[in-house]
Amino acid sequence: MAWFKRSPWVLHYNATSCNGCDTEVIVSLTPLYDLERFGIINTGNPKHADILLATGSVNEKSVQVLRNLYDQMPNPKAVVAVGLCAISGCVFQDCYNVMGGVDKVLPVDVYVPGCAARPEAIIDGVLKACDILEEKYAEQKRRRG
Amino acid sequence: MNTLYEIYQSLSVVERVLVFLVLAPVAGGFLAGLDRKLSARLQGRYGPPLRQPFFDVLKLFQKERILVNKFQNFSIVLFFLFTVFSGALFFAGADLLLTIFSLALAGTFLILGGFAVGSPYSHIGAEREMIQMVSYEPMVILMAVGMYQVTGSFNVAELAQHQQPLILYLPGVFAGFLYILTIKFRKSPFDLSMSHHAHQEIVRGITTEFSGPSLALIEITHWYENVLLLGMVYLFFGFNPWIAIAVCVATYLFEIFIDMNYARFKWQLTLASSWAFTAVAGVSNIIVLSMMK
Repeated sequence: MAWFKRSPWVLHYNATSCNGCDTEVIVSLTPLYDLERFGIINTGNPKHADILLATGSVNEKSVQVLRNLYDQMPNPKAVVAVGLCAISGCVFQDCYNVMGGVDKVLPVDVYVPGCAARPEAIIDGVLKACDILEEKYAEQKRRRG
Repeated sequence: MNTLYEIYQSLSVVERVLVFLVLAPVAGGFLAGLDRKLSARLQGRYGPPLRQPFFDVLKLFQKERILVNKFQNFSIVLFFLFTVFSGALFFAGADLLLTIFSLALAGTFLILGGFAVGSPYSHIGAEREMIQMVSYEPMVILMAVGMYQVTGSFNVAELAQHQQPLILYLPGVFAGFLYILTIKFRKSPFDLSMSHHAHQEIVRGITTEFSGPSLALIEITHWYENVLLLGMVYLFFGFNPWIAIAVCVATYLFEIFIDMNYARFKWQLTLASSWAFTAVAGVSNIIVLSMMK
């Protein structure tokens, strides 16, 4: 039995977002939405985290940080792209300095749409990512035999 | 009234240790769950289920083990072993002083684990942990000294069965112990090195480089330590087991309440206030006691 569903720890990184989606991530921690009732903890440390919540269109500067954070997370891990910028670059996609979405850099597992994404949608996205974590764990176990 | 003692005395030393090894993490885990649930309720949130700490630890054991260097893991395993050893000594009814010293040694290994890696966050956490140790250690020793003055023994089994209430002789020592217990439980205002809250801040410093199974081991060690500390609270009320257990529960709830109500102190204030409180409550109590005899 895998326990990722009961205790997903989240790392949030703002990859050149306008702070709209980031505010919504923080809002989901407040008493009204209370992330912690699902056992979700917003850690600030990639070594403790299971799920990377990335927001923003990812520019040339933040791409290194984003890769670095992802590499430091222990397996199994999942990536959730929060907001339209993180999905496609949104209105910034033609800018010369942006990558145009998190999936240009990292393997994204869940896309949470919205500008800004609603707290309900973010929580739903994290819980979807838990299922993917469990699948990844099962896959990892099968490969090791 | 004394059925608990009869059960305790019917067990051999090995059985007492086994009971501690099995029951302490279960009790400690549920206490941690109660802490999180109650903290959430006090903040107007719904909070995680009571079993949440067990889910966290089980999950951490399923994560990949990333080690920066081998000394990091070595220190944490010794931190775990020495904490369990001191708890086992205590609940087997052995020497109180030895328990306290081996608990201090366990704390030292946690600090060494923090210093074993290169991360500056981890170093700051380890330095803060050291300051916390300097803050609480005098009062822990004074507690053992005070108990010896009243009962003439350092033996935990004898202390727990002392028929006169220790609390009446040692109110100052108990107050001082309650004060440093906030540091040991890693509660606000003294949660400088390994807070339960504020996961994004420097106060999680010492755990920065620990991931997966090592982090789970730190958490389980913390459960063992909490049960051991509540056992020490028990000794003050050992004349009546039911009152003693009620006081242990009340102490834990009181610490959660303090945790929710205070902002974090700076390390200077932590050190100065705990030493001042140790001097005023603990030392004066012991001086008065030595004059009475």
